[in-house]
Amino acid sequence: MLHRPRPAIRRAIIAVPFLAAILIAMRLDRGPIRAGADAAHPGFVLRDETAASGIHFVHHRPTFDPKIAGIEPHVAALGASVSVADFDGDGRPDLYFTNSRFGESNALYHNKGDGTFDEVAASAGLADLNKPGEGVSMGAVWGDFDNDGREDVLVYRYGFLALFRNVDGTRPGGTRFEDVTAQAGLHRWVNSNGAIWLDYDRDGLLDLYVTAYFRDVDLWHLATTKIMHNSFEFATNGGKNLLFHNLGGGKFEDVTDKMGVGSTRWTLAAASADFNGDGWPDIYLANDYGPEELYLNDRGRTFKLSTAGLESESKSGMSATLGDAFNRGRLDAFVTNISERGYLFQNNNLRLNQMLETGRFRNVAEGAIADAGWAWGAQFGDLNNDGANELFVANGFISADRSKSYWYAMSKIAGANGRFFEDAATWPAFGNASLSGYEPSRVYINRGLAGWVDVAKKVGATDLYDGRAVALADLSNRGAVDVIVANQNQPPVLYRDYPDSTNHWIAFRLIGTRSNRSAIGAEVVLESGDLRQRRVVDGGSGFASQNDRRLHFGLGSREWVDRVVIHWPSGAQQVVQHPQIDRFITVTEPAGLKP
Amino acid sequence: MSDAIQATPAERNAVARWWERSSRIDPRYLIAFLITLVLVAAQLRYHMLGSYDRLVLALGVCMATEALLSWFDRGKVVNLLSAYISGISLTLLLKPQGGALWPFVLGGFIAISSKYVLRYRENHLWNPTNFAVAALLLVAPDRVSVLSHQFGNDITTNAVIWIFGLIIAARVGVLHITLTYVASFLALNVARALALGQPVLPEIAPITGPMYQLFIFFMITDPRTVVRGRRKQIMVAVLIAVMEMLIRFASDKGWPLPTAFNVAPAFLALALVGPVAKWIDLHRSVAPTR
Repeated sequence: MLHRPRPAIRRAIIAVPFLAAILIAMRLDRGPIRAGADAAHPGFVLRDETAASGIHFVHHRPTFDPKIAGIEPHVAALGASVSVADFDGDGRPDLYFTNSRFGESNALYHNKGDGTFDEVAASAGLADLNKPGEGVSMGAVWGDFDNDGREDVLVYRYGFLALFRNVDGTRPGGTRFEDVTAQAGLHRWVNSNGAIWLDYDRDGLLDLYVTAYFRDVDLWHLATTKIMHNSFEFATNGGKNLLFHNLGGGKFEDVTDKMGVGSTRWTLAAASADFNGDGWPDIYLANDYGPEELYLNDRGRTFKLSTAGLESESKSGMSATLGDAFNRGRLDAFVTNISERGYLFQNNNLRLNQMLETGRFRNVAEGAIADAGWAWGAQFGDLNNDGANELFVANGFISADRSKSYWYAMSKIAGANGRFFEDAATWPAFGNASLSGYEPSRVYINRGLAGWVDVAKKVGATDLYDGRAVALADLSNRGAVDVIVANQNQPPVLYRDYPDSTNHWIAFRLIGTRSNRSAIGAEVVLESGDLRQRRVVDGGSGFASQNDRRLHFGLGSREWVDRVVIHWPSGAQQVVQHPQIDRFITVTEPAGLKP
Repeated sequence: MSDAIQATPAERNAVARWWERSSRIDPRYLIAFLITLVLVAAQLRYHMLGSYDRLVLALGVCMATEALLSWFDRGKVVNLLSAYISGISLTLLLKPQGGALWPFVLGGFIAISSKYVLRYRENHLWNPTNFAVAALLLVAPDRVSVLSHQFGNDITTNAVIWIFGLIIAARVGVLHITLTYVASFLALNVARALALGQPVLPEIAPITGPMYQLFIFFMITDPRTVVRGRRKQIMVAVLIAVMEMLIRFASDKGWPLPTAFNVAPAFLALALVGPVAKWIDLHRSVAPTR
């Protein structure tokens, strides 16, 4: 029989692993013991060329009814957006930024093609959109809703929707837009932070899905201060999302209830793609204070709320970003959430699309990609043209007094019963406190088995603004994906992308014929040797943003493309064999193709 | 009260007999039942776990550590119910960064081994879960946080947990601790809010959350770490509430405390006051026989 040591010695022996466990925890607090791939050689740099590009816009946050002044910094923390559109059809993407205070103008930057922009919102009729009685802008989404070959725009506000038709797209001296909201049947008050174009019934006309955040109260004339969410995890007292069917002739019809997509969760973002491969565009929602939702399209007749594994995690969804994260030929979803060291680790979701195999999405976000601070907009893009997507994430909520944090106050109510915070008047006053402010953006590069590594500092994305919307566009048509970030109450940042010149690329501009002219919803699968990647023409994604509609693929050292399969929104499928690389390819939907 | 709902003498006797019989049940079984009830409600209603591998790891590490250390220290494997309670509590309370699993492994080991290391007169001083959570929040604040979710707003789930919690606390003989702490929390934090000119509701709101339900039913009332004697237990419960109020006051003033104090003041208050009270209680008592 073993001789048992004396009690004091036994205790001392046990104390060794006990202390070791605490020391290991301290060590792990500083980061993984076996560090993943380092940030060396990301293969690109980002340079802040905002001022050099002539972009001098500054976003201003809204002010609301004094009855909610105590938490106005929180309620008024949204509205900075950016969307990309070639509104004058000159082949160069232009930029539209929204402003959110009465009297402040939105900005439309016309791309001059020499690396600089002209601000033309006033002459275009898209500047003066922030007015008492009408609301303040929260974002915009572009699409050719009347198929006349010119990009139109919907501006969503905390207030009335505003639809503008592009009436003389390429007129020398400037394009003009006319407000057609009332004629279109869209004069609706929606406290919205997002909208997307999609052709849900494949009739060739772009339909409109508008998300709602606060319910449809007038935030400047509140009858009650009970306007906040009634739960931090399970709130369903937000505004009602709306789906408008494009009837043609410039008319829209509210089909929300008929189609079953009127979620009243606090939706911050939506994105659309055919996730389950049935040929019909589905709708993915990122909801604040609740689980994400996926509405599967039943052949354009109705939508069904799926149980795709999203309902089991309830967080604070801020952004719905689509991309082929691991080159599987699928569109995966990245949804940002909130993490604040010590207080809250909601962790972002990188959901692998396994709809074809299991009917579900699987969350695989681990390590660095799971924690991007108080994260907002995000976009997938091949910033180094190596054939794999990087991921740019904007973040930071409220940067005010650096020495004061609202997190302690937030922690008092975050776990409490909803009755304690549904009334804005019962919240601790914000004062000049920060809440997850001054956070650096994240730029994740996929290092395979080593996971996603943040290379933001290495590549030069070092701003500390309160980032909201992120849009990607090849602004100079040079085969590089530039990054535009709209910041709340602050100026935007234009990061010019400089990828390694040795890598090849190819980009596609799609023009629909039977499909909507903007080809929004078209999905392209590129195959080049071992590379297989899918992208979708963007009708709005991320948070309050819309990317360049042209689809950019990095190829790395591959010098050819085997083939490209285009899934048009009409349901037709087209194969393009061996397209030339290192250039833009324009593809018009062939008339003879059948779904 | 109408005759229709009045209990008959026979029924009253049955209740009394059940209450009497239940007093013979090892309190750990009642507590284990309650924590299991909380776990099931939290997961089925609100998907609060995050993932089942967390539960498996925390439970496995806690129970394996208890079995191993009890065999090493005492020459026999003790009842593992206490480890089971710690494992479930840690699963519910720990919220790691990026889905990391190591906090459940290290947390489970730290919790159970603390019982064998941090002892005085053959008694452990800290509630094991309280020690592990407080330790991880202090030494790994960049990777570990604590439960800040709701149990939703529906009355039913919360009522079930509160009713069972109160009944079991009464059966285990610690209801006075729970009630004293709750009353002290409310009184002290209302007073603090009024003194500082802050709104009252946010100051009393935390006690409606699940973190506090776990605290008042499983930590502060842990039969193995409370002091002996009803009056002393009440006094210690008040002292813990006072300590928590002081921590909150310091946070209100923006004093540079470690984040753990801001995010889980009740846990830190118990971790500070509880062991001192227990040590004094043991020190003043007759030394136990081995």
